[in-house]
Amino acid sequence: MPLLEARHLRVDLHTHRGTAPAVRDMSFALERGDTLGLIGESGCGKSMTALALMGLAPDNATVSGSLTLEGRELIGLPDRDWRAIRGFRLAMIFQEPMTALNPVHRVGAQIAEPLRLHQHLSAHAARDKAIALLHRVGIPDAARRVDSFPHQFSGGQRQRIMIAMALACEPDVLIADEPTTALDVTVQKQILALIRELVDERGMALILISHDLGLIAQNVKRMLVMYGGSVVESGASADVFARPAHPYTRGLLAARPSLANRLVAHRSERLPTIAGSVPDLFSLPPGCPFAGRCAYTEAACRTQPPPVVALPGDHRFSCRRADVVLGTPESIAADA
Amino acid sequence: MDQRQSPFLLEIRDVTRRYTLPRESLFKPPAAVEALRGVSLNVTAGRSMGIVGESGSGKSTLARLVMALEAPTSGTVLFEGRNLHALPPDDLRAARRDFQMVFQDPYGSLDPRRPIWRTVAEPAAALEGASRAQQRDRAAAALESVGLRADALDKFPHEFSGGQRQRIAIARALITRPKLIVADEAVSALDVSVQAQVLNLMADLRDQHGVTFLFISHDLAVVSHLCADVAVMKGGLIVEQGPVRQVLREPAHAYTRTLLESVPELVAPVVA
Repeated sequence: MPLLEARHLRVDLHTHRGTAPAVRDMSFALERGDTLGLIGESGCGKSMTALALMGLAPDNATVSGSLTLEGRELIGLPDRDWRAIRGFRLAMIFQEPMTALNPVHRVGAQIAEPLRLHQHLSAHAARDKAIALLHRVGIPDAARRVDSFPHQFSGGQRQRIMIAMALACEPDVLIADEPTTALDVTVQKQILALIRELVDERGMALILISHDLGLIAQNVKRMLVMYGGSVVESGASADVFARPAHPYTRGLLAARPSLANRLVAHRSERLPTIAGSVPDLFSLPPGCPFAGRCAYTEAACRTQPPPVVALPGDHRFSCRRADVVLGTPESIAADA
Repeated sequence: MDQRQSPFLLEIRDVTRRYTLPRESLFKPPAAVEALRGVSLNVTAGRSMGIVGESGSGKSTLARLVMALEAPTSGTVLFEGRNLHALPPDDLRAARRDFQMVFQDPYGSLDPRRPIWRTVAEPAAALEGASRAQQRDRAAAALESVGLRADALDKFPHEFSGGQRQRIAIARALITRPKLIVADEAVSALDVSVQAQVLNLMADLRDQHGVTFLFISHDLAVVSHLCADVAVMKGGLIVEQGPVRQVLREPAHAYTRTLLESVPELVAPVVA
């Protein structure tokens, strides 16, 4: 039995404009020690997936399908039961440490909260553990800093405090939603190294959500590429980056300016772009979400959902024109 | 004042900028930070300059000084040989036509209650006194040069995507046909595929309209794509500068190497 398994997970958002399927048919399974990356551009549904996994989907959302934690179905669980799981078995590192931390409480109290709530530690024991956690995530002089307020820390330190909070109860699954977007690259590298180290050390499973291809390439073993609410490609990250199959993945990889390329290529070279723009979730075409932006689009792509095509090594992608796409060298495909 | 002796489009000479912090105690003088601690930089017309550095390194302060939005504590900024911060107000106003800025936030930098044409034409109206008819015509031309249709003129910012809004901001910067555009993290907020479109647009403007960019970013890969030269800033100083390929290939300063190593690449970089 997998630790965390999603099967045909779906999130529908109900708004005054109608119902938007923000996440469709999302399936994956995670074991202890697994690392999974979710990648996609704004509005592709990756953050909504994270919220659904934490039972935090907004009030106007309907979550359907199946989500199990060690076999226990989580969808439809009452709030009270979710509260016992959240922060205890499943924990999340949010994007914006300044908004996720409460500015009027000392950081020590915020880290101690899940410990008191879930592990019923005494105030004193919880404080000691908070100090140990702050020390573990690399906050210097933790015994004194435990009584500081969030604004007294730098951006990188605040993200370290978020990590300490998420780790307090030694969760089984850690979900990190764009944990370093607000940080400088050198700090980003330290924070990810810390997350990876802690995931290793405690045998947690990690779900890393990012729009940054490089970050995913370097930090997770498996990845899902999301587009328009659905997973268009999945596989070992080494495979997906070495042999991207879906035209969207190829386009995304090609559009990223690369330092390595700069060393060999000329300055005036143009970046390949993806024509068109992201589909409106409220009026998604019945077929492939990428139809219309894709150079291989044929009539059937627009009307019928794409079949899933399996490649060696559990690498899959959803495409009606897989034979043509796979027969085309990546560079040409990306340029189209 | 002896003018026009600088061979550079933009010459920054030993500039410092000090900010006084809010007073913490009645009995002590308020603390000060030095955002720039002696920066010198030359930008040649036609060779776009990239500035990379992390938060707090002084990149944006430098941008504000170059745009003459504030004055340096010491040192001079020469634009085409003229000291921007010593110009009489009317001359400075006239000079502003030659340097324009594109800001980071495509949501915050456009007035939500104004139709696009008024936002785009504002520099022409303010700096050149263009008539309303002229403003509309020129806004249409500027929008066209950034790949937007003329029917965008009467729309409002909320009707556009992030990438389109950044194109509108670029159109506004282009309308006075400037020689220099200062872009402060202008593509940082955009998705990869949209970022590629905007970078291509900037490369076209550079090649076809002869615009020189002072391109400020924390992203080395983006800077290296657009610029011929790069300056690396840290703690209010430029620690290294030179042609992009040379700096990437043989980074001389330890900090540049740290920056390069921190960029997560899709594959191991092919640096020898």
